[in-house]
Amino acid sequence: MVGLAPLTVLLPLAGALINMFFGRALGRERSGTVAVVAAALAFGVSVGLAGALVGNGGQAVIVPLAEWISIGSFSVDWAFQVDTLSVTMMLVVTGVGTLIHIYATGYMREDVAHHGDSGRYTRFFVYLNLFLAAMLTLVGADNYLMMFVGWEGVGLCSFLLIGFWFEKGEAGTGNAKAAMKAFIVNRVGDFGLMVAMFMIFWSAGSLTYGPVFEWFEANQAAAATVVGAITLCLLLGAAGKSAQVPLYVWLPDAMAGPTPVSALIHAATMVTAGIYLIARSHVLFEMAPLSSDVVMWIGTITAIGAATIALAQSDIKRVLAYSTISQLGFMIAAVGMGAYVAGMFHLVTHAFFKALLFLASGSVIQAVERGMHHVHDHHTDPQDMRNMGGLWGKLPVTQWTYLIGALALAGIPPLAGFWSKDEILLDAYLHHPEVYTILSIAAVLTAFYMGRQLVMVFGGQARTKAAGHASESPLVMTLPLGILAVLSVVGGFINLPKFSDVPYVGELLFKNWLLASVPAEAVKFSWLVASLSTALALLSLFTAVFLYASAYDDARDKDPLAQMFGRLFSWMRDKWYIDELYQVLIIRPYLQLSKLIGRGLDTGGIDLSVTSLGGLVRELAVGFSGFQRGLVRGYAIVMFTGAVLLLVWFYGGPGLFVQLARAFGM
Amino acid sequence: MLATIPTSWFVALSAVLFTMGVAGVLTRRNSIKVFMSVELMLNSANLAFVAFARQYMDQSGQLFVFFIMVVAAAEVAVGLALIVTIFRTKRSIDIDNMSDLKG
Repeated sequence: MVGLAPLTVLLPLAGALINMFFGRALGRERSGTVAVVAAALAFGVSVGLAGALVGNGGQAVIVPLAEWISIGSFSVDWAFQVDTLSVTMMLVVTGVGTLIHIYATGYMREDVAHHGDSGRYTRFFVYLNLFLAAMLTLVGADNYLMMFVGWEGVGLCSFLLIGFWFEKGEAGTGNAKAAMKAFIVNRVGDFGLMVAMFMIFWSAGSLTYGPVFEWFEANQAAAATVVGAITLCLLLGAAGKSAQVPLYVWLPDAMAGPTPVSALIHAATMVTAGIYLIARSHVLFEMAPLSSDVVMWIGTITAIGAATIALAQSDIKRVLAYSTISQLGFMIAAVGMGAYVAGMFHLVTHAFFKALLFLASGSVIQAVERGMHHVHDHHTDPQDMRNMGGLWGKLPVTQWTYLIGALALAGIPPLAGFWSKDEILLDAYLHHPEVYTILSIAAVLTAFYMGRQLVMVFGGQARTKAAGHASESPLVMTLPLGILAVLSVVGGFINLPKFSDVPYVGELLFKNWLLASVPAEAVKFSWLVASLSTALALLSLFTAVFLYASAYDDARDKDPLAQMFGRLFSWMRDKWYIDELYQVLIIRPYLQLSKLIGRGLDTGGIDLSVTSLGGLVRELAVGFSGFQRGLVRGYAIVMFTGAVLLLVWFYGGPGLFVQLARAFGM
Repeated sequence: MLATIPTSWFVALSAVLFTMGVAGVLTRRNSIKVFMSVELMLNSANLAFVAFARQYMDQSGQLFVFFIMVVAAAEVAVGLALIVTIFRTKRSIDIDNMSDLKG
């Protein structure tokens, strides 16, 4: 059973290839089905793998597929590591992935119906399946290099999918620019990961997880400094992929892609690769406490920073994007604190409710688009929350699932988000009180902006005619919403905490499951922390509802927070001007340097030397052609001079004159 | 016996005539004058041939003079025909103006 591990990658890959070559022949309906089936089969395999692991007590199994590189002492193979950590990721990726694939068949059909061009439909599913294959390569690898192949692959698919509607966006290039931004910022992170891999190989002589970690555990003293460098570089890689400070700037722009993409890639799976990387390399991070602290603080700063920005956004997807960045900050802070299980737990629950929220927001957006279509409106922005309102009652399934997702994100018990977020807060409370304070504030802000979003979207009266005529999405889209909502409710129960020293059935299932791969300690549940966080979340939620219930009567009204905080609010809305800062500090100097080198060195220097050489030859030619001016007399003089010279040459110099003199009788 | 004129005088005269011919070719602008200078050069060569023929009593020198005269006549015929043709288009026989074959 375990030997089927490579199928997780090969099945979606096959799906992508089938759709790539036969997509047009298959037609829309069937190509969508191919993609969904590929994803579902991969999920089936993952479940099988999980079952196998349960059967053998969580023991890791390596499943080799093919030999890859073997140069001297360096060898790396295409091999899969089936252990609890990777199977957890596989289940999340394929499970949520399949649901999103199903949703996407409906979503993209609506998109094609509204905007035309049905060839796109197949292309979309090729990319989606390709993404699944790459992501599963990433999580299933047994060595850093194969993981990096998957890492780059998901980056590529992210680029392809963000820029999916490549001719749309601001000025016709907005989407393409967002895709490039994602790719380039990711590249900075990839650089960090590559340097880390070089250092790992240089120290341990291998890139395969097992031998690497064994080497580091055996050589702790010798490797003390290099481990610090390696872990910081790994952090850089994780920060790029998981959108942490300072490399988070691509994620909000990535919302230019279709909503299923935002749900799958930028909420549930690709962005979690950074956390997976750190969890996988926990041996290294445990040996470098300073780096772990840096990780923790980066996560914390990101968590609170992104939460403040989310408060002030008016685009429904932007709020969720910054929320994702913030929640990823929670996860990164958790693994930085050494709470690997807490981080992974939050990763799983977050995948459920964030994917749910994104898909539901897609449903809302399309509902408004349907309303726009109904009233022949082509100018309203269907993603702007200020244009919504009064949608409660019009979208029966979407509204309830959205509510569940929002409450789960806000951390209201007994929904999933509460259990995972609480575990992170508990660990912070016990070991790093400053981090606990900051994360708690971030949690309060989270509840607030979700309450704000709920009220702005569903509450009050419809602020535009389009919202007034919104209608519910089809079953193919609402069914995944329902399933994800159920998961958001019960998902927390996989890791019920230790309430007392007496163990009970179902306690800490997830932690025990993950113990086979990452270290963990079972901490007793703290009613103090839990009730405090719940109370704060509820308070924050109600404040938001109260504040926004009567705030927006018209789409152009000012946000109540804007009235309260004035300048601070506009700073939050404009993302603390970080993008602009990067533009001035990094992008503009870089472009100027490029121009300088391009014009100065390339065109000026190298081209100039080559063309001037050619010019020199031409000048010489022109000079020499002066000899031929067509003047007959000139030619005559030349001929005569030449003849004289020849005579002198052949008959000797002075001797000739002497002979002449003798001949004259002198 | 009358004193024979030394051959060297003839050769010297030939040289002087040749030099005058060359000077004419190199400095005259009128094509007809250039042709006349060329004739002068040819005739100086004839004089040299005849002088040496008399000195060595070898008549092949005088025979050669016939050849040169024939060639000179032919050349003049062709050359004058060319000049007439050129004059028809250019209305001038200044050789400095005939530089259409410049490179």
